[in-house]
Amino acid sequence: MDTNKIFHRKKVRLLCFLFLICLLLLGCRLTYLMVIRGEYYSDKAQKLHERERPVKAARGKILDRNGKVLADNRAVTTVSVVHSQIGDAEEVIRVLSKNLGIEEEKVRKKVEKVSSMERIASNVDKETGDRIRKLGLSGVKVDEDYKRTYPYGELASRVLGFTGADNQGIIGLEVEYDSWLKGTNGTILSLTDAKGVDLSDTGESRIDAIDGWDLTTSLDLNMQLYAQQAAGKVLEEKQADRVSVLMMNPQNGEIYAMVNVPEFDLNDPYTLPQSSDGLTEEEKTELLNAMWRNPCLSDTYEPGSAFKIITASAALEAGKVTLEDQFFCNGYRIVEDRRIHCHKRTGHGAETFLQGIENSCNPVFMDVAQRLGAEAFYDSFERFGLLEKTGIDLPGEAGTIMHKLEDIGPVELATMAFGQSFQVTPVRMAATVSALINGGHRVIPHIGVKLTNADGSRENILTWDCTERIVSEKTSQTMQYALEKVVSEGGGSKAYIEGYAIGGKTATSQTLPRSAHRYIASFIGFAPADDPEILAMCIIEDPQGIYYGGTIAAPVVRDIFLNILPYLEIEKSTEEIDEG
Amino acid sequence: MGRLWIRGQHPDRLLAAVIVLLTALGMVYLYSTGAYYGAARFHDPTYYVKKQFMAVSLGLAVMYGVSCIEYTWITRRAGLFYFVSLLLSAAVLVVGKEYNGSKRWLAFGPLSFQPAEFAKAAVILLLASVISKKKAENAGFFFAVKIFLLILPSVILVGTNNLSTAVIILGIAACLIFMANPKYLQFAGLGAAAVVMAGIFLAMESYRLERIAVWLDPENYDKGFQTIQGLYAIGSGGLFGLGLGAGRQKLGFVPEAQNDMIFSIICEETGLVGALLLLSLFGFLIFRLYILSVRSRDLEGSLLLAGIMTHIALQVILNVAVVTNSIPNTGITLPFISYGGTSIVFLHGELGVALAVSRQVPHRTDSFLAAYTGYE
Repeated sequence: MDTNKIFHRKKVRLLCFLFLICLLLLGCRLTYLMVIRGEYYSDKAQKLHERERPVKAARGKILDRNGKVLADNRAVTTVSVVHSQIGDAEEVIRVLSKNLGIEEEKVRKKVEKVSSMERIASNVDKETGDRIRKLGLSGVKVDEDYKRTYPYGELASRVLGFTGADNQGIIGLEVEYDSWLKGTNGTILSLTDAKGVDLSDTGESRIDAIDGWDLTTSLDLNMQLYAQQAAGKVLEEKQADRVSVLMMNPQNGEIYAMVNVPEFDLNDPYTLPQSSDGLTEEEKTELLNAMWRNPCLSDTYEPGSAFKIITASAALEAGKVTLEDQFFCNGYRIVEDRRIHCHKRTGHGAETFLQGIENSCNPVFMDVAQRLGAEAFYDSFERFGLLEKTGIDLPGEAGTIMHKLEDIGPVELATMAFGQSFQVTPVRMAATVSALINGGHRVIPHIGVKLTNADGSRENILTWDCTERIVSEKTSQTMQYALEKVVSEGGGSKAYIEGYAIGGKTATSQTLPRSAHRYIASFIGFAPADDPEILAMCIIEDPQGIYYGGTIAAPVVRDIFLNILPYLEIEKSTEEIDEG
Repeated sequence: MGRLWIRGQHPDRLLAAVIVLLTALGMVYLYSTGAYYGAARFHDPTYYVKKQFMAVSLGLAVMYGVSCIEYTWITRRAGLFYFVSLLLSAAVLVVGKEYNGSKRWLAFGPLSFQPAEFAKAAVILLLASVISKKKAENAGFFFAVKIFLLILPSVILVGTNNLSTAVIILGIAACLIFMANPKYLQFAGLGAAAVVMAGIFLAMESYRLERIAVWLDPENYDKGFQTIQGLYAIGSGGLFGLGLGAGRQKLGFVPEAQNDMIFSIICEETGLVGALLLLSLFGFLIFRLYILSVRSRDLEGSLLLAGIMTHIALQVILNVAVVTNSIPNTGITLPFISYGGTSIVFLHGELGVALAVSRQVPHRTDSFLAAYTGYE
């Protein structure tokens, strides 16, 4: 029986035809997706499959002038877990806890946390990290990293600075030269599956890290160490708040040493010297910032009598005075309605300008400033660079706090003459005095000398040349002579070393408010006086007991010179030996 | 008529060949796609392909056995099969095993069985048997309603937790009723009505409307994840693909890549050329079933082949349409390729019936054109 009618067949044919049309349409759709939209989707898929891992660049080293390493890197590892890849969680917890010395509970919390990647520990010793990696636990990642280390701990802490967790400079040279030191991280591009596991068969494209440039500084490890020791000694003896010692080459501005005791440990920069219990986060941050501050360049002070070097230079240069000019000190000067005393209340009597410098006689300098006049004095101030920052290669340099020219009346002029009523930074003071005694040309105090790339193939020598003259050679020589006399015959005698011609000036300034009776004792010295190769400055803040710069600060510089001058191979002048 | 075994005549060799080819390709694709999940979940990259191999072996044996049976012996028992399938479909609602959030499996010891796959085959057998006994001229509107009511229990039972398969069953029924009736126009009306019904059905539940929104813009919906990952795979294939086994999207990106989404991985690995070749193979299978249908010795055989053709065509079309985001997402497997034991065994069983029918196709010597168009 044939019940299979024609219309049945036609209908099957129609159905089949419709189905095949559908397949054809789907074929067109596929062609559209795979050919026209293919690039769009495959790009997106590629991005989904790729994973970028950074390859850390080693930070450049910081070296002293003789190549001694002051800041170095230690190879460390970072151990983390990838939650989705963990196989045996218990085993992972046990092994990590044992090898890293972290409590099991803490590890468990992180291992069991559902996150893409959880850091268990950073700065793990390379050996420990390698050991964990060798165990090949699934879900445990050990990444290479570097940790900044400072072999001398406290040495020049505020100068070198330190780096944060991301290897970025936080203070000091580490900030100033960060872009050179940090290098460029590389990347490893690899293909992964959905859980982020690398696919071993695809290979990886690698962009190598470029290590940072090494920074050679003008610092001298031995001089810094010795100055730190000397400063520490006087800090303790005088129970002072702080003692700073700055040593530089007055000819070219290279800084040999910059000490601020108490220093802090660069390998542990977040620990305050005092207990931080009971402090809020904000208070703690404030205290840390205060500890990290470099007083040599971030704090200003009234330079006091040391500023007479500048007043004298300005007057000599202007031809308003000679060393032989006669003055008379009766113990004070009346300026407008005020009586301004000399430190020797009974007066120095009749004296030449040179003797006035030796005696650090205030009335003499008030007279000299008056001869100069406010405008000329202010001009010298400006010409000597005292109104601007030195441009030292350290962050946070403070500016000068100074009267406006139109505000300088007779009282201001008189007090400025002996270094009061305005404030400068110690480094500004050292830079200007350097220029006045080095023959008369300006210098830029600096620490960075040259940058060398990691393999030593390229060098970038930093130039700090500055030929601008601020006083004549004659004035400079006169000052060298006068300041040598201060040490050999005047108030700076405590800095005198037999056989050496040392120039210098003492200072004792009272901090504001005057009622607190806090003093800053300082001394600025240089040697050899006729052709200075080194300038040293010592500032003692708030010493207990005797607070005169000539009594307590000058011996510190003497002590340092006693050792440093032979170290720098500066020979004693024979003439002096003959006399001795 | 009472014979169980038939002897002498060959089944259609082309049909057998394309079935075997598709089955073999399915194993290859499944191995490539399932290796990652197999290794990740069972520490055995061959986990899925091994299980599938067992099912395929059983399926091929069933197919061969069934192809040797006089098909009328089977269709005479269509009512019984249908009844058993209803019982199993009901049983799965009560004691079914849940997997991936769907209660679709009946467990027999280590083996599990998906009654919905059986239901599709049973409905084809039942409708072929019922429709062929009716005089075509009487197969009017009420007959259509009667047929519809007949399969309604199966649609409801299966549709409770497997809507996609219920839709396939309805589609098969609609096609067979369409075949049984000489008219065309009223079916156009019926098709329009079905579209309207589907619209109302979708609007009834907001989550179904969301599905539409996801379909139109899968990149901006969380639920479009699977679709988007499938499209990434397809788009990555280009003209010739990344090569078998070299696909990336199966590595956890396309969820359950060995199931409904396997076609996207095939596109990624074998490219446009491979994907179109696979679609052509399916097209050829459909075409061959049509040829055998129009040539079969009686209406029952013709309806059986048309039903099987419709079943395979609907699944292939809907699966590929979903994977290419041509229609909103719904879970339909790709015949022969997707992982699933019950599906492959019953598919092979159905094709065993098709082969059995093909043995009865009279050898003709008339023109090529007549043979391939069905005109006498």
